[in-house]
Amino acid sequence: MPNLVSHPDEVRVLSRRFGQGATNIDKYIELDGYKAVQLAIEKGTDWIIGEMKASGLRGRGGAGFPTGMKWSFVPKTSEKPKYVLVNGDESEPGTCKDHVIFLHDPHAIIEGTMIAGLAIGAKMGFIYLRGEYRYLLKIVEKAVADAYAKGFLGKNIFGKDGLDFDIVTQTGAGAYEVGEESALMESLEGKRGVPRIKPPFPAVVGLYGGPTVINNAETIASAPHILLMGGDAFAKLGSERNGGTRLFGISGHVERPGVYELPMGYSLRKAIYDVAGGIKDGKKLKAVVPGGSSCPVLTADEIDVGLDFDQMAKAGTMLGSGGIVVLDETVSIVEFALRTIAFYQHESCGWCIPCREGTDWIKKTLTRIYNGGGSKKDVDNVQYLADNMMGRTFCPLGDAAAMPTLGFVKKFRKEFEDYIEGHKAGTPIITVEQLVGAH
Amino acid sequence: MSAIANTIFSPELAARFDHLVTIYPIKRSALVPMLLYAQDEVGYISDAVVTEIAQRLDLLELDVRNVLSYYSMLRTKPAGKYNVQVCTNISCMLRGGYEILGHCKEKLGIGHKEITPDGLFSLEEVECIGACCWAPAMQVNYDFHDNLTTVKVDEILETYRKGQGKDVR
Repeated sequence: MPNLVSHPDEVRVLSRRFGQGATNIDKYIELDGYKAVQLAIEKGTDWIIGEMKASGLRGRGGAGFPTGMKWSFVPKTSEKPKYVLVNGDESEPGTCKDHVIFLHDPHAIIEGTMIAGLAIGAKMGFIYLRGEYRYLLKIVEKAVADAYAKGFLGKNIFGKDGLDFDIVTQTGAGAYEVGEESALMESLEGKRGVPRIKPPFPAVVGLYGGPTVINNAETIASAPHILLMGGDAFAKLGSERNGGTRLFGISGHVERPGVYELPMGYSLRKAIYDVAGGIKDGKKLKAVVPGGSSCPVLTADEIDVGLDFDQMAKAGTMLGSGGIVVLDETVSIVEFALRTIAFYQHESCGWCIPCREGTDWIKKTLTRIYNGGGSKKDVDNVQYLADNMMGRTFCPLGDAAAMPTLGFVKKFRKEFEDYIEGHKAGTPIITVEQLVGAH
Repeated sequence: MSAIANTIFSPELAARFDHLVTIYPIKRSALVPMLLYAQDEVGYISDAVVTEIAQRLDLLELDVRNVLSYYSMLRTKPAGKYNVQVCTNISCMLRGGYEILGHCKEKLGIGHKEITPDGLFSLEEVECIGACCWAPAMQVNYDFHDNLTTVKVDEILETYRKGQGKDVR
């Protein structure tokens, strides 16, 4: 069972019910649960979207798109039913924050789903959890059943005539790609989880062809808190254009790994050295992968940066899913880069050739380097392959594989070259250009 | 009474499937969960499972197989009674995931995707299971085990060997 952690610098908004037994619906109600959705029913769509916009909340799945704006894109009227889709397919290596929300505060996700439904005029929501989270699915299923029993879900919710809302829980079966919004819709429609071409965007043509709002589980769980405290108050907790707080999962070589709720814009250095207790066993920091495995690496001297979407972008990386992976001085970047690309190669759905072939060739090339058969040209080859994947695929998986790869080879080029020098095998090696030219 | 007369599933699972196909706007949406639940009961997705699920959802067997082959948790061959899945992705790797995998290999005497001769355990190296902050971690069937050490792994495996694992279904 994941242990809860705490630190004085934490600002507890989303996590304020953690560890308090809020999986029990009565306890959740006692802790201000289901108040926000009733307020939302009373005040209506424009108010909800206004508060969400004012909150400055940006998508917690990784892309950081403003949530209020996303909700406002859904057409007011539609011939096809509208849907709310909660993305709990949490699969980005380094990320386990949604895990903790499902475990400790499932009703917040249910209430957030209802709020999103009220905002866009949907009568049905889906909560999609990755297949590995079976024990969490059971917790969510129980919470949904309890909400039905109280009359919070189903027909005439909260006793309001004609106001219906249903929630269906759904499980995946092991596929990183399904975390991508359109692939998730395919999966929920009972198909292989491959991405759809955009446009049209889900807000117009989404699940079952209807207008759909799809949000990360943490984003959705933020909504009730925002409505209760007010969008402006939530925004003020964070930094400029990055409202509120966020659950950061700090893992790897730190003394106190865990999921901590910190204000947006909080210092990455402090998150590592104060909040998570510094580098494990008194070792030195080598590098940080700051927002899940798809984010370009930061070196030890690049960590004086605020944890928000804009500051991280300025630092040449991403805030991503908020999964901060810390590497100490003993880590071989060659090995780490290989393990990273091996994951993306395994998870590439094969729909787009640059991703399918690119991840495979990078993995092969890094494997050759790792096993001692590499040449310096191989480092260029890896960079060439990654460059050619960027922006050339339907979904961001290609970019997600290319970006960290480019980060590793650009920032640690000398380490790759030294590794190659120290692990000579002497086999003649064909370059990618020669290979491509040969066809 | 199930919608399918000669079901291969237990009455409970058949009833669950009868319900599952009614809750979505389209029946086909039940496909992925049905495959998982069928696997939980049968042990793997056999040809008979494919046939019955296709029938229940008015799909071609080909459609079912097409989806089945996509998802890494679905298998077409039996696994051990307890499928040990060790994560070696980055956060686990940094905290000894490969040592845990190596230890399991040695302890169980089997490699990746192999089954012990008594059919009790199978072993898999898996990608991130969402337990990064409690690494290294593994799953035995659907149960999470985290903050692992080799000693802890021995205790966990022994618990399952004795039939005392909690085994979420």
